[in-house]
Amino acid sequence: MSKRRVVITGLGVVSPVGIGVQTSWANLVAGQSGITNITKFDASAFASQIAGEVKGFDVSQYLPAKEARRMDTFIQYGMAAAIEAVKDSGIEVTDENAERIGVSIGSGIGGLQLIEDTDKLYHESGPRKISPFFIPGTIINMISGNLSIMYGFKGPNVAIVTACTTGTHSIGDAARMIEYGDADVMVAGGAEAPITELGVGGFAAARALSTRNDDPATASRPWDADRDGFVIGEGAGVLVLEEYESAKKRGAKIYAELVGYGMSADAYHMTAPSMDGPRRSVVNALKNAGLNPDQVQFVNAHGTSTPLGDTNETNAIKAAFGDHARKLVVNSTKSMTGHLLGGAGGLESVFTVLSIYHQVSPPTINIFNQDPECDLDYCANEARDLKIDAAVKNNFGFGGTNGSLVFRKA
Amino acid sequence: MSDIEQRVKKIVSEQLGANEADVKNESSFVDDLGADSLDTVELVMALEEEFDCEIPDEEAEKITTVQQAIDYVNANLK
Repeated sequence: MSKRRVVITGLGVVSPVGIGVQTSWANLVAGQSGITNITKFDASAFASQIAGEVKGFDVSQYLPAKEARRMDTFIQYGMAAAIEAVKDSGIEVTDENAERIGVSIGSGIGGLQLIEDTDKLYHESGPRKISPFFIPGTIINMISGNLSIMYGFKGPNVAIVTACTTGTHSIGDAARMIEYGDADVMVAGGAEAPITELGVGGFAAARALSTRNDDPATASRPWDADRDGFVIGEGAGVLVLEEYESAKKRGAKIYAELVGYGMSADAYHMTAPSMDGPRRSVVNALKNAGLNPDQVQFVNAHGTSTPLGDTNETNAIKAAFGDHARKLVVNSTKSMTGHLLGGAGGLESVFTVLSIYHQVSPPTINIFNQDPECDLDYCANEARDLKIDAAVKNNFGFGGTNGSLVFRKA
Repeated sequence: MSDIEQRVKKIVSEQLGANEADVKNESSFVDDLGADSLDTVELVMALEEEFDCEIPDEEAEKITTVQQAIDYVNANLK
């Protein structure tokens, strides 16, 4: 049996560069940074005081107040992006198709702010003050759960947790469910809301974050010689994946096809990257796609702006693509959004699909002085029209977990 | 409407996401206002907060309508 084909028919975004697909894409192509000083709490005692915060998010546009206040922010972001994606796809849930539509939206950390707030409340006032909605408001599968309840999606309902690879794995696994026949439609992606005292404090303690506090807009600078860590970000990116014949039959708008998915583990270190794990992830994805390296034109990289990670990914791309690596355009949208952790794979997959759909590479901003060890074409500072037939999307996470997706022009 | 009655109705309306006009003295939280078991737990917590009191679980279980909440607050308010 040949494998069922999976296409993208809907997109949704809540991001530091804008809410909604149109706004965020326009800002991204224009090279607008979404990084500012942290406003969510007083960060003056923290080593890193900058973040990619979502600005002007009005949850009442998506959810009734009673439901929204019982959800941590990461769930609200995930729901908002998913609602946009489902609307964009034009899918109508009926008695006939409900059991064939599933959800796979994960998060790396979950409801950290609500956990912190409830912990404070408990220590101040005792266990009777813990809300009955504390657990369902913070656990990671509650975007998938709430979305299924809202729309009546009765198919597979899962939430993957693999640190910064969460969104990528959520989409890749969802595609497999369609290929394998468990579902005809999967709403898939990732969300995160980690800009909290413990979230920022924890990553800062691991020395992972940029401390360029005096110049937030240039702090995320993948492949620049003076990069000093990633900038934490928040938001969500969600895609509607659909079986090709089903999409064709209902005359859906098809953005791109998801043709390959690869995974791997470094088996090396909790937080430091290895070159071989990412290399194998890309190789596995290309193999799954049935593509040779020279059939790919574009990579939306993990590109976090950490000193080790960016060099490592560059070397992994060279190892996976061989000589063809020099002909690729490799872009990091994190230069503008910061790093959404579990939301990154979702958001950046949306951007990868839009790059194919519009045949444009967004810029990697803030490359002032390119690191000589990072010597690929990163589409520095200016967006570029680009013929993209196939694109790879990479994400790598703590624990040494890697994921790569291959999207192709429809 | 007494001050307590007004405050109870406001909290019920906010917690259960119901229109204030639909919150009547005889309204049952579950049957009339669409509350589930978690909603009623949270509602009792909100009443405790508003009236600065502690409602024991065995008492809370008996509060199933707006009037019963008003009566409880009237009887137990310091």
